[in-house]
Amino acid sequence: MASVDTTVEPNDPVTSEPGIGGVRRRDFINIAAVSFAGVGVVATVFPLVNQMNPSADVLALSSIEVDISAIEPGQAIKSSWRKQPIFIRNLTAPEIEAANQVDISGLRDPETLADRTQVGKENWLITLGVCTHLGCVPLGAAQGEVKGEYGGYFCPCHGSHYDTAGRTRKGPAPTNLEVPEYSFLTDTVVKIG
Amino acid sequence: MSFPWAQQYKPTTEFGQWMDDRLPVGRMIYNSLGAGYPTPRNLNYMWNFGSLAGVFLVVQIVTGIILAMHYAANAEIAFDSVEHIMRDVNSGWMIRYAHANGASFFFIAIYLHIGRGLYYGSYKAPREMIWLLGVVIYLLAMATAFMGYVLPWGQMSFWGAKVITGLFEAIPLVGKPIQELLLGGFAPDNAALNRFFSLHYLLPFVIAGVIIMHIWALHIPGSNNPTGVSVKGKQDTVPFHPFYTAKDGWFLGLALIFFTGMMFFMPNALGHADNYIPANPLSTPAHIVPEWYFWPWYAILRAFTFDFLFVPAKLLGVLAMFSAILVWFFLPWLDKSPVRSGDYRPRFKKFFWFGLIPCIVILGICGGAPAEEPYVMLSQLASAYYFAHFLIILPLLSRIEKPKPLPNSITEAVTGKPLPQAS
Repeated sequence: MASVDTTVEPNDPVTSEPGIGGVRRRDFINIAAVSFAGVGVVATVFPLVNQMNPSADVLALSSIEVDISAIEPGQAIKSSWRKQPIFIRNLTAPEIEAANQVDISGLRDPETLADRTQVGKENWLITLGVCTHLGCVPLGAAQGEVKGEYGGYFCPCHGSHYDTAGRTRKGPAPTNLEVPEYSFLTDTVVKIG
Repeated sequence: MSFPWAQQYKPTTEFGQWMDDRLPVGRMIYNSLGAGYPTPRNLNYMWNFGSLAGVFLVVQIVTGIILAMHYAANAEIAFDSVEHIMRDVNSGWMIRYAHANGASFFFIAIYLHIGRGLYYGSYKAPREMIWLLGVVIYLLAMATAFMGYVLPWGQMSFWGAKVITGLFEAIPLVGKPIQELLLGGFAPDNAALNRFFSLHYLLPFVIAGVIIMHIWALHIPGSNNPTGVSVKGKQDTVPFHPFYTAKDGWFLGLALIFFTGMMFFMPNALGHADNYIPANPLSTPAHIVPEWYFWPWYAILRAFTFDFLFVPAKLLGVLAMFSAILVWFFLPWLDKSPVRSGDYRPRFKKFFWFGLIPCIVILGICGGAPAEEPYVMLSQLASAYYFAHFLIILPLLSRIEKPKPLPNSITEAVTGKPLPQAS
């Protein structure tokens, strides 16, 4: 009866005979089995982690349409897009002029107002209402709120100032307020996302 | 705690030595799952299901924690949140099917593990505590599985909850107040769903704790083996690692093929279509049955269709169902035969294979069938045999049976050669 207590001879070809370069045949089995198990673990772990990414119903809410007909020059509204505040601001002529007069080479995040708006719609500044420093909602969209030293937005959390083009001008914010992807469906309806 | 010839843990690195002097985790693993645990050399495949059940508990805990990230334990939206998992969450369908089928595979493993213990006498001295802890694990697993099945809040969930909590109503005098206490209401609703979710999340960790005690108790005498003969010397054992880690690993791979096959190709085969209908307290499904792993006990519950003396049938059924499992707690003292393995007990072997096993299979079939003839009659006969096996046949057998001669040692049984003297 073949059994476990058969002693393994030192020259057993399966277990111990050192082949070319001292490689045993069993080494191949070990490496193949462990590699195969490793691939399996990765294939298993991927969906277990990926389930935390936004689900289909969250992604389905990723675009909104906003009627902007009631926003007078100098006014702004706050809306909600992907569960985040969004600022839609109708800039006045002096505000546009103030934004265009800035020498962008001296800015932390150099962009012109034209870069941040659409052709022919330079008065509509549409940005996320999320401070690029640590995510607070800046003031300046609603009537009577502080607009900061540059007349745009001011974040009360850590004192970041944005100008009338939503560009970071002073304080810790590293980049300008983010401009989402958007398009004008008509002159009064804008689709964000 | 282990055999004197067990290999000793020697840290191979300086860091390993440093840790070993302070928090010897490596030593603990080495002595319980590594080369430091000498294991009988003759274990057959029936010894693979303990580690397999452990792996499936881990599968259940991992997938369950993930499902809890997306599930909402609220009677208004619980059903919709499960559909949200199935349709919207990335790979959510896969994780839920893994959890639903994982429960079945956990019970498959645990039933074969229990059956192994019953046949090879693993519950006998000195392993009584291992057995008793195992029965506790089984009871906890049943409670966990039942509450988990309620969470999707479909028709089977709701009516399962109603019927099972209705069991407590059968208790004289205090039954109704106890049922209302358990449900937090007069019928299953939001309060019941929330507490079931809370406990369904808690109990698997309690199970894991009892499993640690189960394994701790196991490592005192070491594993039983197919001959039932105790280990006599070094030649009777092999180190757990690499011998049984490799065997358990290979067997796990085999089991996972069946598991993923179920999960991907027939994920609802063991479920009930009615549970994809939202819970409706005003309409009971025509054919209401629990999950397959409860069927034998459910059959015993329904076998009692008659009042006996002053005891109503409802109470009798409930008592019988609980007794059917509670009798296991007394098994080590009901079966007094000093011979452990069924292989060396010719009469026990016949009663096991042609009595107990068919009896449980018949109970299982009856439990899943509608409550009508011939299933009621079969349930009654099989229930009677089930209790007779534990309460009459086993105690009698241990007195009158003449066992076959036992081998002198495991090595002798395996090699056919007598043990060399002076080992």
